[in-house]
Amino acid sequence: MTKDLSLKNGAPEEETLEIGTPEKGTLGEALRSQGVSRRSFMKFCATTASMMALPPSMIPSIARALEKARRPSVIWLSFQECTGCTESLTRAHTSTIESLIFDSISLDYHHTLQAAAGHGAEAAREAAMEENYGNYLLVVDGSIPLANAGYSTIAGISNLDMLNEAAKGAAAIIAVGTCATYGGIPHANPNPTGAVSVNEIIKDKPIINVPGCPPIPVVITGVLAHYLTFGSIPELDHIGRPKAFYGQSIHDRCYRRPFYDKGQFAETFDDEGAKKGWCLFKLGCKGPTTYNACATTKWNNGTSFPIESGHPCIGCSEPDFWDGGGFYKALSMPTADLSQTAVYAAAGAAAAGVAIGLMNRSKKNTSNKIHVTTTIEDLKK
Amino acid sequence: MNPAGTPQFNIHAGNELTCNVKPILHEIRHALQKLLDSDETSIIDLRSIPLAPGEEETIIETLGRGEVQARLDVLGPSDIYETQYTGVWLVTHYNDSDSIVSRFIEVTEIPDVLKSQREDVVHALDALVTELGTDKT
Repeated sequence: MTKDLSLKNGAPEEETLEIGTPEKGTLGEALRSQGVSRRSFMKFCATTASMMALPPSMIPSIARALEKARRPSVIWLSFQECTGCTESLTRAHTSTIESLIFDSISLDYHHTLQAAAGHGAEAAREAAMEENYGNYLLVVDGSIPLANAGYSTIAGISNLDMLNEAAKGAAAIIAVGTCATYGGIPHANPNPTGAVSVNEIIKDKPIINVPGCPPIPVVITGVLAHYLTFGSIPELDHIGRPKAFYGQSIHDRCYRRPFYDKGQFAETFDDEGAKKGWCLFKLGCKGPTTYNACATTKWNNGTSFPIESGHPCIGCSEPDFWDGGGFYKALSMPTADLSQTAVYAAAGAAAAGVAIGLMNRSKKNTSNKIHVTTTIEDLKK
Repeated sequence: MNPAGTPQFNIHAGNELTCNVKPILHEIRHALQKLLDSDETSIIDLRSIPLAPGEEETIIETLGRGEVQARLDVLGPSDIYETQYTGVWLVTHYNDSDSIVSRFIEVTEIPDVLKSQREDVVHALDALVTELGTDKT
């Protein structure tokens, strides 16, 4: 897919691009009619390539594909979710480029964003699905409760029924956020609603999982842009995530990796190691087992990401991260509940309790020794 | 000045610790050679590289500024300038909120986005003909 196109003197090696009026109904035509110049379109394509984690040499190919792309109908269904994914996508920036991505699709239903409500809105959804049957893109955020349909309904329709109905006519499904991809927080132990992910229900449609709690906005738009550009789903990993964004672990791309390699770790959030920006592994960082684009793409238009801000990665794009043993427990620590371990008989349990108490006190003493109290003067700086 | 006893916060990892600055400068060096040898353009997407805090600034500061600067108004502003190393350009695209949406180092004679685009020229000719009220043939 990522055929490397070398540019000679700035022009692509293939045939010259056709010049003229863009075809009707295409993205090219829509942009030209909005007064978007070819130069503006080039900026759009360059940024889209960066968004899709494609090499810059692909920019001419993207331009050709986007010019001819038809505006796909998109139906967005929100189930058991906190709306964080929609907020991440729509509130983070008022980006001209990302708004163009949205202008490039026909968002025919999104019950959080749309002004319409009630029976009229649902009728409009059904009409859009019927008109674009087999061709619309279905985007889902939130998990689906199976224990009782009443836990989450829209217009009196259970999430399960609405998903099954909408999936029938979808060309592809994009599951946005860890709830839709792996069940998320509703799925966390004891999972009272019987929450499941989209791919546990739909088995006969291509599904792109875009996990994260929430996902990075540009990852969501990057996946949309890929579908718009190539008309196909991107290459996926073994649990359905686009490899372009989820192909490498946070650990492998983290700028603090040299500290890990040298064995330089922050022991507490305010010790000298923390202030020097050392590795956060001992403070619970799940970077080694988490696959996402945070370390390179970052958040808030490339401003920062949790580790850069001093907080360990919580692994929010991985299945069952809420039940992963604690955000502040190092990956090397056992996650089993010691009180349930058969090894500890009554007397043994008492002894173990003392031992653990001593160990914890020792750890606390060590923490106290390396703890540097922050003063008011520090905060004033 | 660090008064004795007050903690120092070092949130900028030096390039000797994260080692990304020099490799990128070498990549630019190779790209310049390729431009001389075969007229081939190279583009480095700075958003695709895990740079530590301060590293991008170090790279940009090292590249410096040259003779050419341009400010574009295309779907939000874009800044393009040739660095002190002729043929090495820094292209920064902003959205309409002045946030950076993409940033590239282009090693080329002139970045494509600076050139007048043929399609826009066609439309410009049509517009001028309309303004003049004459047949373009």
